[in-house]
Amino acid sequence: RIMAGKVKWVTDIEKSVLINNFEKRGWIQVAESEDWNFYWMSVQTIRNVFSVETGYRLSDDQIVNHFPNHYELTRKDLMVKNIKRYRKELEKEGSPLAEKDENGKYIYLDFVPVTFMLPADYNLFVEEFRKNPSSTWIMKPCGKAQGKGIFLINKLSQIKKWSRDSKTSSFVTQSSKEAYVISLYINNPLLIGGKKFDLRLYVLVSTYRPLRCYMYKLGFCRFCTVKYTPSTSELDNMFVHLTNVAIQKHGDDYNHIHGGKWTVSNLRLYLESTRGKEVTNKLFDEIHWIIVQSLKAVAPVMNNDKHCFECYGYDIIIDDKLKPWLIEVNASPSLTSSTANDRILKYNLINDTLNIAVPNGEIPDCKWNKSPPKEVLGNYEVLYDEEMAQSDGPDRDLRSRSGQSTGVKGNRARDLGKPVLTTWK
Amino acid sequence: AMLDPDSGLSLTIARIVQRLKGSSLHSQLERQARVSLRKPEIKLESLKEDLKDFLKTSGWEKKLQNAVYSELNVFPSPCHPAAPPEHMKEPLAYMRKAQGSWEKRILKSLNSMCTELSIPLAQKRPVNEQKELLNKWNEMGTDEPDLSLFRPVYAPKDFLEVLMNLRNPNYENGEQPSFRNHLGLIQVPLKVKDIPELKEDFSELGLNIGQMGIDDSAQVPPEFFENEHVRVGQKVLAEQDSAAAQQYVRQGCPTALRADLWALILNISNQPEDILYYEQLKSNVIQHDLLVDKLIYKDVKLTASNDDYYFVFEDYLYQVLLCFSRDTSVLEHFTYSSATPPKSYIQGKLGMEEYAVFYPPNGVIPFHGFSMYVAPLCFLYHEPSKLYQIFREMYVRFFFRLHSISSHPSGIVSLCLLFETLLQSHLPQLFYHLREIGAQPLRISFKWMVRAFSGYLATDQLLLLWDRILGYNSLEILAVLAAAVFAFRAVNLMEVTSLAAAEAVLADLSTLKVMPLLQIFLFATV
Repeated sequence: RIMAGKVKWVTDIEKSVLINNFEKRGWIQVAESEDWNFYWMSVQTIRNVFSVETGYRLSDDQIVNHFPNHYELTRKDLMVKNIKRYRKELEKEGSPLAEKDENGKYIYLDFVPVTFMLPADYNLFVEEFRKNPSSTWIMKPCGKAQGKGIFLINKLSQIKKWSRDSKTSSFVTQSSKEAYVISLYINNPLLIGGKKFDLRLYVLVSTYRPLRCYMYKLGFCRFCTVKYTPSTSELDNMFVHLTNVAIQKHGDDYNHIHGGKWTVSNLRLYLESTRGKEVTNKLFDEIHWIIVQSLKAVAPVMNNDKHCFECYGYDIIIDDKLKPWLIEVNASPSLTSSTANDRILKYNLINDTLNIAVPNGEIPDCKWNKSPPKEVLGNYEVLYDEEMAQSDGPDRDLRSRSGQSTGVKGNRARDLGKPVLTTWK
Repeated sequence: AMLDPDSGLSLTIARIVQRLKGSSLHSQLERQARVSLRKPEIKLESLKEDLKDFLKTSGWEKKLQNAVYSELNVFPSPCHPAAPPEHMKEPLAYMRKAQGSWEKRILKSLNSMCTELSIPLAQKRPVNEQKELLNKWNEMGTDEPDLSLFRPVYAPKDFLEVLMNLRNPNYENGEQPSFRNHLGLIQVPLKVKDIPELKEDFSELGLNIGQMGIDDSAQVPPEFFENEHVRVGQKVLAEQDSAAAQQYVRQGCPTALRADLWALILNISNQPEDILYYEQLKSNVIQHDLLVDKLIYKDVKLTASNDDYYFVFEDYLYQVLLCFSRDTSVLEHFTYSSATPPKSYIQGKLGMEEYAVFYPPNGVIPFHGFSMYVAPLCFLYHEPSKLYQIFREMYVRFFFRLHSISSHPSGIVSLCLLFETLLQSHLPQLFYHLREIGAQPLRISFKWMVRAFSGYLATDQLLLLWDRILGYNSLEILAVLAAAVFAFRAVNLMEVTSLAAAEAVLADLSTLKVMPLLQIFLFATV
């Protein structure tokens, strides 16, 4: 074999940010049917690769970019289910993390807006809805992305057809395609310049057990092009409410220079300048916390296949009390670039991801310990390393979460690549 | 005849007293004094002393001090009592004349745009339009009026051409131009500082003094400088002392304290009457439509809306600038500016002084890039009336000097000359090379200085730069930074062979760190 030493790659996602990265490493493109070492797959393909029927066996020198059952985290209904299960388990154990306040709300683990599955939980939803009849809820189809099929409701009549008893109900409850989740809509989002935005953060998981994950330092804020207004007449105006770039791109005010995006460092500068350093640090620490908790929640059910790594796109909304909410996790974050800056960011993201997932750009051995040296992290920083956390001693208590890591120095040390956040249990 | 220090001082005191009399601070002090009469510690026998003590302990004396300090900062020291008022605006006759011609040109351009498009300079808005604008007040950015026919009245490069042609008729430069003479674009003999003088003036930027923008970076433990600096900053804010704040910010502001420190230095407290004043301006905007409004819209759409950092605040920019155009209190700054507000006449009454009005009401005609003076402030202030006042004060203290012709050391002419002189003295090879290839350095750096670097630097760096503008009450740092940027990229610039290539080398300043650049240029260059 002529090119014995070079990594052979395949992809079914034709994006330049990917291909340029493969080519710059001198990797060789091959077809799926050939012997390959690295396959950047779409989520459809991963389903086939690991499905029971095909009986695909990956060899030690093959790596793929998804975990087989990533949907435990990336499907909206399963994510909520896993987090709820995780909380209940902690509660049963008597863990201090599961502590509740006087209203019965989890103090540390209330980071997903109240969510129900439809039509399965329709009656539970109605009960909750009636507690706050003036609230707004957001309906999202479980299986779709890019903001497709999402709509807002503020009246029960708008979702009558999801009622289980409804005679007009025309679909099979088991069908995952027509299942929806309905979540309490955050109608007090933090506004900047009067505009609503959400955060897109990239998180790389190299292993779930032990959990080792990295956060990309260069996340961004996606602003709605139209002024946010909670008024009911605007509920139908998706440009106001949804921050997905795919939707915003078609609004009248979409700008192709900045793409309605801000860097996370701009957000930090703005918040520190207008709200102060302590609350800003607290916000960012909470964001890191909720990401780690969401991963811990699914870790027990994840197929921790050693051939896999995954780069997730986390969508987070911050409300006007500076509380972050986890909206959803994407298994296939968009690699399309809407602006020049975007292209550079995504190129670097893939570059840093590959440096961690495929050490030295050489033919991988999936048995390696998945502990890259800190020099290769690039713009990633260690978010949580379970192995290191455990070696720090089992009796770290909860206070260390709000102590050292939220101090002024907390973010500084992260910049140095030190895993400051591993003090959490 | 020399002005003796005593009469200079008493002139200053008299002027300040006159300005503060009748101000809201004055009436508040009177009210406080009256209220305090009921207090037991105020005794009739020692009324004056007791009142003074009371005002001191209650913090009102400090407020008065801050107001006086503010006046001293803003107004130049008085000239000879016999000097005419134009000398406070601009002592040199040829500069005054040049400014006058420039203003005539601008006004002519504005009037011809008016006539061409058959749009009046100002008109009352029909009621339904008023209602619509009021509803849309917080999102004027979504409005898309047809602005294709409007052009900015002028751009920085037009202004540079005017400055290049400035000549002092009393100055006979008989020598042949040689490498000893000034080879830059500015050909007027103003006095500018050299590096030894700048080192002294900017001594707090020295290598052995802690700086925000250098010593707060990730690699430096906060115990070395940052923690203590924050502590001192909090103390300055607690004391509410403008002069102390001004001294403090020379070393830069911690991000969380900046908004309050700037407000303290600029003496902005956002009192109810200030908020009311802003609301009044807003209602002026609703009721009357001005031609300059279109210029403002166009400017915002062309500049801030396309900026990676500032696009988010587009709507705030309209809310500030439309009000600013109607704010007649801005007219006060013309007493110490070389500029004079343009006058316009009610239709049909040309030349009749009783029918003359200043146009726009604040006397300031915006040019291309004007909105970028406001944009960075949106990172600090999110309450419209406070944002407005901070901007207005920044304008009447600093920004107006960047687009008017004067001999003031912080005026744009001096800054240009300072820049060229620094470059010529310290990087003569680079200067000569650039000049040879038709890339006069000022052609590139002019736009940076006119905009005070807004839109060219990353926002956090820009704010560190503006900290020093406030701290030193001077714009000279802009010229020093411009020279430092050239010094930093000197190696690449030496290799270019055209103006376009030089522009390309200096096109992207967004990765620059201003404080190390300034420090190295001032204190570490041989």
